[in-house]
Amino acid sequence: MNTLIHWWNLLGADGQHLVVMTAQIVAVMMSVIVSVAMMTYAERKVIGFIQVRIGPNQVRIFGLPFLKGLAQPFADVIKLLLKEVIVPAESDKFLFLLAPLIALVPALATWAVVPFSPDFVLAKLDAGLLYILALTSLGVYGIILAGWAANSKYALLGAMRSAAQIVAYEIAMGFALVGVLMAAGSLNLTEIVRAQSHGYASYVYPWQAAGFLSWNWFWLFPLMVVYFIAGIAETNRAPFDVAEGESEIVAGFHVEYSGATFATLFALPEYANMILVATLASVLFLGGWQSPFEGYLAADLPLASPSFLWLFLKILCFLFCFLWFRATFPRYRYDQIMRLGWKVFIPITLIWIGVECVMVWFKVGPWARVL
Amino acid sequence: MLANYLPVLIFLLVAGGFGGLLIVLGFVLGPRKPDSEKLSPYECGFEAFEDSRIKFDVRYYLVAILFILFDLEIAFLFPWAVSLHAIGRPGILSMVVFLTILLVGFIYEWKKGALEWD
Repeated sequence: MNTLIHWWNLLGADGQHLVVMTAQIVAVMMSVIVSVAMMTYAERKVIGFIQVRIGPNQVRIFGLPFLKGLAQPFADVIKLLLKEVIVPAESDKFLFLLAPLIALVPALATWAVVPFSPDFVLAKLDAGLLYILALTSLGVYGIILAGWAANSKYALLGAMRSAAQIVAYEIAMGFALVGVLMAAGSLNLTEIVRAQSHGYASYVYPWQAAGFLSWNWFWLFPLMVVYFIAGIAETNRAPFDVAEGESEIVAGFHVEYSGATFATLFALPEYANMILVATLASVLFLGGWQSPFEGYLAADLPLASPSFLWLFLKILCFLFCFLWFRATFPRYRYDQIMRLGWKVFIPITLIWIGVECVMVWFKVGPWARVL
Repeated sequence: MLANYLPVLIFLLVAGGFGGLLIVLGFVLGPRKPDSEKLSPYECGFEAFEDSRIKFDVRYYLVAILFILFDLEIAFLFPWAVSLHAIGRPGILSMVVFLTILLVGFIYEWKKGALEWD
């Protein structure tokens, strides 16, 4: 212990800062990975209950008599790691092994700018939203490379479909983000959350803080719907999962992947991206860490104070919608997906940006102080 | 200013290291018994007919081109939306002009059938 303290003091202020930062980053990354594991478990359990089954209920943590089934995702990870990694003979072996990394790194690194609470965010970037947009766009390279490098027809078809779909919905998503920026006036995610605590309905209603009514969803509701549905399409989730289409192209871009490469290419990034979309929807439209009762209850009550738990609750609601949609809606045809992206979402977002312009011009609602 | 980006750099390295570790673990822990059937591309019980690097539909190119157009448009909108408080009504007017021109292009694409997929 003394030697540890000795080494710690030797590091100096910069070194200590670096070590603490790395520890925080590893902690956030591990939380995301454990959330991914829990998400796969929740998915099987929720869809099981929706279909009147019970879902996984056997694997226990160290054989403890309670929480049956909760260890299922960890058993799955161990199983995947113990499986043979098959690198097809005709594939481009370097790209085949590089693609999972390219898919995984952006899905994890985007978490660096997510504001978890009023004072905890790993990187206080002023270009936070731009950074997220850039990194999530990189994820599509992993999918394309995986599909191309595997040298299998099904993989190539899946990758092409997936890429075209992601690209189409990214536009609607980008326009929805522009609407948020017009309201927040900053690309910094912490500032975007802060801007939602005041200014919105509080200009319409006499009290200062208006809780959930002051969040972005109140004025940008169409954009929130577009953003979330585009997020579902971006992550290739049902009902937009033609890229995987197990009944026609078996599994799409990851058909040739097995074991650990399958986990790195597909399982981890897809679920991490789902959680990210849910988080961003909460941060951008539902006030992030802010309490819905702010301004309605006494300010010193824990229920009315901002907390990480509020963000957590909002994320869980969105994640439940992901699972709910998967259990409810039949898969869209590809032309229906493209029509929804190009001909419905882009016009909706463009129109709403116009509506926002009008609101800014006439100083309506949150824009009363602008200009 | 640039120091704010240090956590991002570390995060990229840590995430890359984690992904690399997973793949290496897969190679170390898993069995390794390749044979020619196992290493052949997936096909429903027969030999693949031809090379799988097939020509794909031209519509994918079209989607890519349209994406570049619209994404550039978003890239223009981002700084405008952030500085909306500072540029005031002249800023809104100029963006209305810009969006109108792009809207005409969008309607043209729509009527030409570039957005159709069947």
